[in-house]
Amino acid sequence: MSGEVSAVSSDAIVIVGGGQAAVQACLSLRKEKVTAPVIVLSEESEYPYHRPPLSKSYLSGETDDAKLTMRPAAFYESRDVHINLNHTVTSVNAVDQVVSTQASDINYGSLILATGARPRPLLLAGADLEGVHLLRDVQQSRKIKQELETARNVVVIGAGFIGLEFAAVARSLSVNDAERRVSVFEVQDRVMSRAVSAEVSSWFEQMHRDNGIEIHLQESVTRLNSQPGNGGQKISSIVTASGREVECDLLLVGIGVEPNVELALEADMICENGIRVNEFCETSAPNVFAIGDCAFHPNPFYGNKMIRLESVQNATDQARTVAAAIAGRKKPYHSVPWFWSDQGEHSLQMTGLSDNADLFVRRDGDSANSFSVFHFSADRLQSVDSVNCPRHHMLARKLISELTSPTPEQVADPQFDLKSLIS
Amino acid sequence: MPKVTFIDADGTRHDVEGKNGISLMEIAIASDIEGIEAECGGSCMCATCHCYIEDDFATNIPAIESDEDEMLGFTAADRKSSSRLSCQIKMSDELDGIEVHLPDEQN
Repeated sequence: MSGEVSAVSSDAIVIVGGGQAAVQACLSLRKEKVTAPVIVLSEESEYPYHRPPLSKSYLSGETDDAKLTMRPAAFYESRDVHINLNHTVTSVNAVDQVVSTQASDINYGSLILATGARPRPLLLAGADLEGVHLLRDVQQSRKIKQELETARNVVVIGAGFIGLEFAAVARSLSVNDAERRVSVFEVQDRVMSRAVSAEVSSWFEQMHRDNGIEIHLQESVTRLNSQPGNGGQKISSIVTASGREVECDLLLVGIGVEPNVELALEADMICENGIRVNEFCETSAPNVFAIGDCAFHPNPFYGNKMIRLESVQNATDQARTVAAAIAGRKKPYHSVPWFWSDQGEHSLQMTGLSDNADLFVRRDGDSANSFSVFHFSADRLQSVDSVNCPRHHMLARKLISELTSPTPEQVADPQFDLKSLIS
Repeated sequence: MPKVTFIDADGTRHDVEGKNGISLMEIAIASDIEGIEAECGGSCMCATCHCYIEDDFATNIPAIESDEDEMLGFTAADRKSSSRLSCQIKMSDELDGIEVHLPDEQN
């Protein structure tokens, strides 16, 4: 699966990237009866796999390599999809419609950029020490899993989804039959502040504290100390802005991601917070599309506001949009965003976008640990965060997609049947 | 290994085998059954592994739990009394020979 990519006809569809968006594009192109050859160029050394488990069930062992792999090799072969692993695309020539790897130049009829995003690096001396990790790909997850076998003092920088999911797993797995110390540092004043309402933040903060995770808010890590490790220097402790020093033998950095826009930028495509695309996922270059985490796109449910999303839903729905466009049956991207995060025993599901919310209304679910917070802007429903409550989550997806808003009073009234509002 | 037959909406039958303990969804994906999408990878989040299991086998499969029940309210194809999410049903000897009917759409 390496070496030269064989020459193909100029109507070939080339996909750069080998993640969820790329796999769904392969599937959807063939479902749309597009017959052109499909060539996937992936930097990774393994067949496409599910990324969400890497910070959760893959670390705990509940998901193994077989489960992680999205589709068997036969899936691609039977669809005449050529997966090229270990292939880094070095440039795109959008005028002559050619992509180049180290090994060869490939003409394309359509180009799909599914380049994803990369974890934001920690800009501190020592970020390259042994025991310091970012988490995006399966190799990183494997290395972390291995180090968890002996790491007694785990530190997480960033209380976002990745950081908290990882912290919960790290805390739940004992080390040599002893408890592991897990400390999370977050510069904001609450966990997951970019993603959920304050009430949901504080619920998760308390839950993690109850499970023995130490959470430090409005506290930044300013120094990494080290000691001799296996050949090089290994992290030994972290020091915070307020002068606190915490022992550390495994540090996970989860401070967000940056979209991989360089190929598009160098080919003169318009990029902002991601590769700019229209409602058909078309970039500013002819016959070039961008989908998934790298795509800066308009969302029709929020006044065509330009956004970039990091989610399975967005990756798969944009892949379908591109497949339809390439098949000559253009259909605008028309999806309500939704996301999920599993932390410990608890499930968090979110739908919609909350940026302008001015009112937050709680509605309880069926059990003690089950509730949702509905976000309103000028009395119109914008988004909903659901804790252990798939019923509210699915209902909210339906309400937002039907452009139907309950009133804040209806949400607050446990007797009111929200289902009665949907068709 | 126990056998599973996936039946497409147009009646096409696919006879495959699946290991005990593996979900019907995973068996379908491993066997390249097009009628199952499973975009969330088995997290009971997306309802794109919807299937129908008729009476003969319904008694041998575990009852629907609340998460699955809620997701089934939002499938692309019609929900029937036989509707299940295939990611929530694990293969076992009791299910040997099970017939899994697939809807015409998942999304």
